[in-house]
Amino acid sequence: MKISEIASLLDAEVLCCKDGVFHQVHSACGSDMMSDVLAYVKDQAVLITGLVNPQVIRTAEMMDMRCIVFVRNKRPSAEMLSLAEETGIVILATQKRMFEACGLLYTNGLAPKEV
Amino acid sequence: MDNQSILSYTFNVDGNDFSSAGEASVQVKKILRNIGFDAEVIRRVSIAMYEAEINMVIHAGGGVAQLFVHPDKIILVLTDKGPGIADISLAMSEGYSTAPDNIRSLGFGAGMGLPNIKRYSDELDIQSKVGEGTTLTITVKP
Ligand SMILES: Nc1ncnc2c1ncn2[C@@H]1O[C@H](COP(=O)(O)OP(=O)(O)O)[C@@H](O)[C@H]1O
Ligand SMILES: [Mg+2]
Repeated sequence: MKISEIASLLDAEVLCCKDGVFHQVHSACGSDMMSDVLAYVKDQAVLITGLVNPQVIRTAEMMDMRCIVFVRNKRPSAEMLSLAEETGIVILATQKRMFEACGLLYTNGLAPKEV
Repeated sequence: MDNQSILSYTFNVDGNDFSSAGEASVQVKKILRNIGFDAEVIRRVSIAMYEAEINMVIHAGGGVAQLFVHPDKIILVLTDKGPGIADISLAMSEGYSTAPDNIRSLGFGAGMGLPNIKRYSDELDIQSKVGEGTTLTITVKP
């Protein structure tokens, strides 16, 4: 699935790195616990989260993720967006809640694990 | 300090500002990319470094991180003057954490950091004295 398709499925706004939306991604994880993302995630390219602080961007960066989706209309700060811009991580913001966002992506073919 | 490393770098880790925690890890990742290490090696070092840097900020009030690049290994040394770790094998066990609730609400403190560093490194050495501080030496071999 292209990141642009994630954006349209979730009716999400692209907040940064618009030129990255044509990248293909195959798997995702949803979590508000960065500790768990660091410990349990392997090759997932997309992080879906309701947590908003700069550590979310750095965690995704350390894990080589390509896209972060902020749910419940959470808005990352300008500082967070500039961190994401530096690494080229696409940032999306959706009104949907975690459960619905994950469900929509899962039923449309995004997997929990890289195959 | 380490005469045989071809490259060495030192970073100060600010213990008073959680939002800047991880800046040193971002720098380390950039350096390793520029040197041209394999992506998987960079990822292992990055995750280990980031967990150790976060620990230094949330448990020890900051400290100093060093990166040594050898031809055959990458070594991270993180030194703090925090409270130290009384029982290292307990601290190494999955799920053990003394992090306060406010840290958990920031997304950290699941007690998986030290086990995760161990998993992603080839060698992990922890020297710690209660009341004096902690030094982690993490070795990753490409
Ligand atoms: N640099 C440090 N200084 C003092 N205590 C530490 C340090 N690093 C880790 N610890 C102790 O070891 C425990 C386990 O660490 P870790 O596995 O990273 O889990 P977490 O950081 O989520 O608590 C911490 O809760 C803390 O009590
Ligand atoms: Mg930790």
